[in-house]
Amino acid sequence: MTKRQSGTRANGAVRRRVLGIAADGALILYFVFALFPVVWMVILSLKPANELFSTYFSFTPTLDSYRTVLGAGQDEGVPFVRFFLNSLVVSLGAVGLSLVIGLPAAYAAARWRFRGSENLMFTLLSFRFAPELTVIIPLFVLYQQLGLFDTYVGMIWVLQLVTLPLIVWIMRSYFADLSPELEQAALLDGYTRKQAFFRVALPLVKPGIAAVSLLAFIFAWNNFVFPLILTSSEAQTVTVGALSFLGGDRPKYNLTAAAALVSVIPPLILALTIQRYLVRGLSFGAVKS
Amino acid sequence: MNSSTEADHGAASSDDAAVAGAPEKASAAVPGPPAERGVPKWRRTLRPYLLIVPALLLTGGILYPFGLGLYYTVFDFAASKPQPDFVGLENYRRIFTDSSFWDSAWVTVLYAVGAAAVETVLGVAVALLLHRSTLVGRVLEKVLILPLMIAPVIAAIIWKLMLQPSVGVVNHLLRPFGLGGVQWTDTPTGALLSSIAVDVWVYTPFVAILALAGLRSLPASPFEAAAVDGAGWWFTFRKLTMPMLWPYVLVAVIFRFMDSLKVFDIIYALTEGGPGDSTVVLQIRAYLEAIRFQRYSFGLSYMIVLWAVVYLAAMVLVRYLGRIQNRAAEVPK
Repeated sequence: MTKRQSGTRANGAVRRRVLGIAADGALILYFVFALFPVVWMVILSLKPANELFSTYFSFTPTLDSYRTVLGAGQDEGVPFVRFFLNSLVVSLGAVGLSLVIGLPAAYAAARWRFRGSENLMFTLLSFRFAPELTVIIPLFVLYQQLGLFDTYVGMIWVLQLVTLPLIVWIMRSYFADLSPELEQAALLDGYTRKQAFFRVALPLVKPGIAAVSLLAFIFAWNNFVFPLILTSSEAQTVTVGALSFLGGDRPKYNLTAAAALVSVIPPLILALTIQRYLVRGLSFGAVKS
Repeated sequence: MNSSTEADHGAASSDDAAVAGAPEKASAAVPGPPAERGVPKWRRTLRPYLLIVPALLLTGGILYPFGLGLYYTVFDFAASKPQPDFVGLENYRRIFTDSSFWDSAWVTVLYAVGAAAVETVLGVAVALLLHRSTLVGRVLEKVLILPLMIAPVIAAIIWKLMLQPSVGVVNHLLRPFGLGGVQWTDTPTGALLSSIAVDVWVYTPFVAILALAGLRSLPASPFEAAAVDGAGWWFTFRKLTMPMLWPYVLVAVIFRFMDSLKVFDIIYALTEGGPGDSTVVLQIRAYLEAIRFQRYSFGLSYMIVLWAVVYLAAMVLVRYLGRIQNRAAEVPK
C-alpha cells in the first residue's frame, strides 16, 4: 500500500466521522425545536405568579398553577375538571359508537363486493377531507332547534365525522389483510357467518382495533372546532377550555401552561403505547409498516 | 364508480368468494368452496347490505346537514332574518366580486403551499437522518411523535405564549443576537409566517413518520449495487431513494396540503385572523361571517366554495398518486 492511498483512506474515514457528527447535530437541532416548547410549558406551569415575567429560567417552582387549574386552589371561575371529564365522555362515546357501526361496515367492505360499497368508502373518506364548517354551520342552526346544542349526544354525533372514517378505512385494511381461508374453514366446520366473524376474524384483528380506537380517541380529544361552535358550557371540552385562561383583563400564562399540559397528557400517553401502529393509522391505511 | 357494475355479478355468483382488499384485486380471487349450507341465497346476497346499514344511516346523518348547508346558500338566512328569502346565486355573486374573498383565498393558498412545502422538505430530511439509525437517532425517534399528538389549538396557545414580543421566551433567547424585539404575530407577514411555523412544528413529524416507514420498506439490493459501483450520496439520493420513496412522501404531502387548505385551529388561537385581515383564511372568514356575525347563508357560501376547491384538489392529487403508485409497482425490484 502506498503512502498516498492510506492517506486518502484516513481522510475518508475522518470525513465520514465529521459528516456523521454533523448529521447527528442537525437531528438534535430539529429535536430542540420540536421539544423545547413542551419543556418551556413545564417551566411556565411551575412558575409562581409573581415571578412569571420577572425571570426566565431561575425561579422557585410551585404546583400552585395545577392546584388552581384543577380547582383545588383559588377559584378562577373556569371549571377545567368538568371540561376534562367532558372530553373523556364525548371522546369515549364517539369511539364506541364508531366501533359498533364501523366494524361491521369495514368487514363487509373488505369481504364482499357489492353495489355502493366503494361509494360508501369514498363518501366516508371525503368526510376526512371536508372543511368542518361546511357541516358545522348548518348543525349550529339545527342543533339549536333540536335541543342538541351543548349536549353530549350532539357532540358524540358530530365527532363521528372524525372517528368513523378513520375506523372504517383502517379496519377494512386489517380485515383485507386477513386470509379469508380462515373464515372459510370455520364455515366448513359448520360455523355461521356471524360466528366466523366474532370467533375467527375479530380476535385476529384485535391489535388493529385497539390501535385504531386509541388513535380515534386522540383525534376526537384533540378536536377543537366542533366543541368551539356546538357547545357553550355544559359539554365544553378541554381544547376550548384551555383558551379561557388567556381571556380576561390579564392573561394568566402560568395557568394556561398548566391547563395546556393537563389537556395533552391523555393523548400523549396513548400515542406512546401505539407507536408501532401509527403509520397505518395516520395514512388511513395507505402506508403499512 | 366503475367497480360497482362489475361488482354485482361477482356478489351474486360468488358471495363467499371473500374478496380481499381493493376491488382491482378482486378479479384474481377464486370462488370459495360452497360454504354455509342451508342459508338461502337471498340472505347471503343481502348480508353485506345489512352490515353497512348503520354506517349508511350515520353517513346520511352527516350528509343531511351538508345538504341543508348547500340549500341555505341560495337564501339570505341570518340570525337577523329568521324568515329567509330565496336569493338564487346572489351570495356567490357577492363573494366572487368581493375583494375580501380573494384576499382570504390568497392567504389560504400561501398558508397551504408554504406549510406543506416546508413540512415535506423538513420531514423527509428528519426521516433520512433518523434512517441512519445512530444511537442519537434511535433515542430521539421515540419522542418524534410528540408534537403531532398535541392538539393543534394547544400547540398554537403554547407558541402564542412563547412568541409574545416583550415577555415571550423566544425574543429573550434571541436578545443576545440583537434580535430581541421581533413583533412575531403583530405584523401581517410575521403573523402568517408564525402560523406556518406552528403548523410546521405540529405536522413535520407526520411527514417524517410516513417517510421513515417508506425508507425502511425500500429494497436493499439497489442500494448495495450503487455502493459497490461507488455512487456518491447525492447520486444515490436523487436516482434511487427519492424515486422509490416518492409514493410514500406523496401520501403525506396530499394529507398535509388538503388539511392546510382548511386550517382553522392554529390561526384561531394564534392570531384570530389578525392583525387586520392578514391571516383570515377561508375557514376563519366563514366562522366570522356565520358564527360571529350570524350571517349563516353568506358564511356557508364561503364554505361551499372551499369545499369544492378541496374536493377538486383531492381528485387531482389522488389521481396523480394512483399513477405514481402504478408506475412504482411496474418497476421490477
